[in-house]
Amino acid sequence: MTFELSTNDESVAVPSSGFAAMLRAIWADRLGRIGIILLVVTAFVAIVGPIVFPFDPTDVGKDASTILQPPSGEHWLGTDELGRDVFREFLAGARISLFVGIMATLISTVIGAGIGIVAGYFMGPLDTTLMSATDFFLVIPALPLMIAMGAIFGQNLLIIILVIGLLSWPRTARIVRSQTLSLRQRQYVSRAKSLGASDGRIIRRNVAPHVMQLIVANTILVVAGCILAEATLSFIGLGDPDRISWGSMLHFAFVSGAVGLGAWWYFLPPGLGILVVVLGFTLVGHSFERIANPRLKGE
Amino acid sequence: MPPLLRRFLVLCASIFAILTFNFFLFHVIPGDPIRLIARSQRLSPEQVAKLREAYGLDGSIFSQYVTYLKNLAHGDLGYSFALHENVGDIVGRALLNTLILLTVSTTVVVLLGIVIGVFAGSRQGSKSDSATVVTSLVFWSLPTFWVGMLLVFIFGVWIGGLPISGITTPNADYQNYFQYIADIARHLILPTLTLALVDIAFFVIITRTSLIEVMSEDYMLTARGKGLSRRTMVWKHATRNALLPVVTASVLYISALVAGAIQVEVVFSWPGMGLLTYNSVLARDYPTLEACFLIISVAVLVANFLADVVYRRLDPRVAVA
Repeated sequence: MTFELSTNDESVAVPSSGFAAMLRAIWADRLGRIGIILLVVTAFVAIVGPIVFPFDPTDVGKDASTILQPPSGEHWLGTDELGRDVFREFLAGARISLFVGIMATLISTVIGAGIGIVAGYFMGPLDTTLMSATDFFLVIPALPLMIAMGAIFGQNLLIIILVIGLLSWPRTARIVRSQTLSLRQRQYVSRAKSLGASDGRIIRRNVAPHVMQLIVANTILVVAGCILAEATLSFIGLGDPDRISWGSMLHFAFVSGAVGLGAWWYFLPPGLGILVVVLGFTLVGHSFERIANPRLKGE
Repeated sequence: MPPLLRRFLVLCASIFAILTFNFFLFHVIPGDPIRLIARSQRLSPEQVAKLREAYGLDGSIFSQYVTYLKNLAHGDLGYSFALHENVGDIVGRALLNTLILLTVSTTVVVLLGIVIGVFAGSRQGSKSDSATVVTSLVFWSLPTFWVGMLLVFIFGVWIGGLPISGITTPNADYQNYFQYIADIARHLILPTLTLALVDIAFFVIITRTSLIEVMSEDYMLTARGKGLSRRTMVWKHATRNALLPVVTASVLYISALVAGAIQVEVVFSWPGMGLLTYNSVLARDYPTLEACFLIISVAVLVANFLADVVYRRLDPRVAVA
């Protein structure tokens, strides 16, 4: 038996998934540390930024001379196609982008983890049915489906969150299911069962805690995907017109011709913002994966 | 049941599920599709009545569903009131342009991704390896459409020199067929570069991981013991075995590829399915949007099926299972 397989043995304790221990392990990894720093900076900007520099969407320019102006003392990042302050808009957009990404991820995680645990634990026809549905949603191209649903159901924040959340769970379901399946084979589960524990109790006490670490690791990567999905949907023109995200900023920058006019101050900041937050989540998730699978680590 | 037949039946069931889902999304939830069309287009009452009849909307939901399937079976995808043309004709042209873009960009992405992945994986832990991983993660974190916007800015405003919009030069006078092809090729450069910059990371990471796993296998030790050169070991023995997981993973890439192509087409006005989807969203042209969604989804399902067939050929172990 090789060393890696030994973690499947019940005698080896599943590493405690304490949040602090996990953070410390990621912090010890160079890339993970960069990821954490990026995320802390983004969170700070999104939470504090709009309080210090509130954005008023109705505060449009007086005349043509105020639109798409380069950065100045008055407007640190210039103005948009309506003469509004891009810096303040950028800060407000950070909040919306993060909010949508995180809410959609929560929905996706609850569905994915739920389906994965139920399918893996009960097995049989229920497992077959749930996994067929999962595979179906796994191969259906998500973006066209999101676009179609967004165009039918209308453009507001709740719809966008639901559309992204309801279509981002299949991979989580697959991963959680296979982990649950392997947990189920362990002796303490069958022992608990023979002692008369109900399925609900076994799932709560013996299965869920052990797949938690995996769910958290997966969630970190899903957030990155959801934030990118929001940006893309909003860029296509399906964003909430009243709540501007980084993606909607880029939509308006694109349709107003800011790129051709060379208004870099308008389309660079939102894109860099998306890069920073998505990279932050990706680095933390990647580092988490490497901790879980040491083979991938550099020698 | 032979696995291939079973896989084919799954494909048919999936296509049927998509058709039904599409019916509910575009025909049942909005009330009726004519309302969607009428929301943005001015139609006379006679036209509305005629359309209702054509879609079989006077009957029950079930009979509407049957009419819908019948129309699709006849290749009737409806009529676009925004473009004043049969949706089938519009989609046909767009599909060809998208296929051109996808063929070229996928070839570039897969080949470069595998080569860079093998290069990095065979030097695991080295400076160039970590640099490759970090660069890949950074590019994979970029929104594709934004990379496209940057390239438009750089090559359209700043440096210039490369076409940033469309598939051919408007009003170009071609002397021969070769010039026509060359013009399309020039227009392909930036869209392909955009997709490549973001998507290569996918294949780099997977190939690298897979190669590292293979390199630690016992038979690689044997190969080293036989005194094979490092290059032969990596490129001949390890890569061949490392490619199998890459083929499996490329099925997952199809979805990302479609998403990337839609964005690239929008940014570079490439007249394919993505641009058509985008324009029909902006114009609230629901018959066209519906057709785009349907065609893209079915194409992806078929592509998945074909990938599976190829995979079974490559790996006899799967074929038996």
